[in-house]
Amino acid sequence: MSGNKANGIRYGMVIDVDKCTGCMACSVACQQENNVSFREDETDKLRSITWLEVYSLHNGKPYPEHRQAYLPRPCLHCDTPPYPPCTFVCPVNATQRDEETGLVNHIPVRCIGCRYCISACSYHARYFNWWDPKWPKPMEAMLTPDVSTRMRGVVEKCTMCVHRLQLAKEKAFMEGRRELHEGEYVPACVEACPAKAMTFGNLLDSHSEVAKLAKSPHAFRLLERLGTEPKVYYLSTQDWIRKLADNVI
Amino acid sequence: MDSALIPEGVKRCSFRSFCLWLLVIFAVIGWGVLGGFLVLWKGLNQTGLNDSFGFGLYITADLAVIALGAGAFFTGFLTYVIGKKELKDIISLAVVVGFICYTGAQVVLLLEIGQPIRGWLSFWHPNVHSMLTEVIFCITCYTIVLTIEYLPLILENRQLDKVPEFHFFSHNLHEIMVVFAATGTFLSFFHQGSLGGLYGVMFARPFAFREGFFIWPWTFFLFVASAIASGPALTILVCMMLQGITRKQLVRREAISLLAKVTGYLLAFYLVFKFLDTWWWATSTAPAMGISFSEFYQAPYGIWLLIAELGICGILPAIILLTPRAREDDVWLIIACVLNCAGIVINRFVFTVQNLALPVLPFENLEIYVPTWQEWAPTAALIAYGALLLSVSYRYLPMFPRERELNPLD
Repeated sequence: MSGNKANGIRYGMVIDVDKCTGCMACSVACQQENNVSFREDETDKLRSITWLEVYSLHNGKPYPEHRQAYLPRPCLHCDTPPYPPCTFVCPVNATQRDEETGLVNHIPVRCIGCRYCISACSYHARYFNWWDPKWPKPMEAMLTPDVSTRMRGVVEKCTMCVHRLQLAKEKAFMEGRRELHEGEYVPACVEACPAKAMTFGNLLDSHSEVAKLAKSPHAFRLLERLGTEPKVYYLSTQDWIRKLADNVI
Repeated sequence: MDSALIPEGVKRCSFRSFCLWLLVIFAVIGWGVLGGFLVLWKGLNQTGLNDSFGFGLYITADLAVIALGAGAFFTGFLTYVIGKKELKDIISLAVVVGFICYTGAQVVLLLEIGQPIRGWLSFWHPNVHSMLTEVIFCITCYTIVLTIEYLPLILENRQLDKVPEFHFFSHNLHEIMVVFAATGTFLSFFHQGSLGGLYGVMFARPFAFREGFFIWPWTFFLFVASAIASGPALTILVCMMLQGITRKQLVRREAISLLAKVTGYLLAFYLVFKFLDTWWWATSTAPAMGISFSEFYQAPYGIWLLIAELGICGILPAIILLTPRAREDDVWLIIACVLNCAGIVINRFVFTVQNLALPVLPFENLEIYVPTWQEWAPTAALIAYGALLLSVSYRYLPMFPRERELNPLD
């Protein structure tokens, strides 16, 4: 989003849970943009691929105190030093963090499908291809050409639409620029959110919207105690939502 | 019919009975091959695994047999490096059991990965930070060592031994076996420890995670200790089973007694450190991550697992094995060894399945894993493969050097 690279680049996201209506537009946009395969019967949620899962949260109280909220969860692209939980364990270097951008990538053609990374991720942000990916005939023509489809037996996950970053960089290069303008690179989910609940950009650029929001007193991250340093922040003014973000004895 | 292949001076069952026994074994292996074929052909959707349970029965079986296969390296270490000559009675059996465990585990591992034809990438693009890389390298190397250790026994077959080249080769291998025993000990030490690290390093999984000193060297040596405390128990158990089936004394009692005594001390040693580990994890590591001890034990993965692992299958066999009168009694010895082996299987199950069943995100639920027959069948076939190799080795190879002396033919 921001081109200011003075402090380096750490792409991250802030999701305002109070604004999220649970419309799932982000999840659908992600599915379409990244050629995420689906099956006719998607009732088994433990085997369906949803790079951007939208959790339904509630405060557990009866009416009229009952409260409901929605929490979209992409891959949190953990900034754990020296390695995120998933890349640390991968035996074949099929997943690594790009230290220039902070994005955690995944190379499906190198993945051996051992699922060690799935086990290591506490956010359940990684998915295994249990079946051969198939699309109904007319949909095959609608696949995004910039994103390769994955095969059965490998893991996949949210890339923060890294192909869009590549396209933005190429465009900038053609225009003789080395840095990106604000808003030149945004993932599909952020673009699709009708409530403008998602903000994306360089967390290290103090002038960027995302960096300002991440420093809000209402900002929190999921499972902070584990020390995974996720680069996806959440915003909420409601205490019960913030309490649900971490385990507390 | 096959008498020319049977070692001289020993008695074996009729060829017909042996073939009938093999038929039973092949039926189980056939079932396993069918299950394995379906997994390879149709994919891991044939299993009970899902995105919550990346690991399941295959990995539990793998980790358990690798731990139980530690009897090979540890008995080899005691026999050749420490110089406990009485264990020469049982060392060949220990090697065969180890070979079965390691080769069987590798076949099951092939089914476990989603892209088995890419398995070689583990050697081509190794991530030196991954515990799995260390495990893969060490297990492969140690399987080669076990094959070298098994080879002289194969070459001692009555017919093969007649070939002078084989005879001398096998004799020379025997002479330098101390080198392989030491190499095996070194390699096995590494991967048994790394198997503990496999879970211990998952800092986003509070059930398995151990911090600082409690991951290195603590967990590393804890897993080595658990393997060497249970591996020889399987060797004893298999030996007792063979003696029971053949109704013969195949090894001198002092060999079994020594191994049982060592196993008892090792189990007690392991339990002391395991209790300390559990205490530190329950009172320090887990609470620091916001999870209380009781939250880890939710039905069906309740506290009974901990009681079964450390109490019934831990303290109880340790007491039996440390009591001279009890370990000299065959029934008590078998009970102790069965419990000891069950304890290590529960330990590996707990780290594999219970660890993943527990939700880390507060708004997620506990999931339950139920393996399908396509997972049970290859696991059963692994045991049948062990029975096959043991049966063939016992029948055609001089696996027990004292057999002739202990069972003279009239």
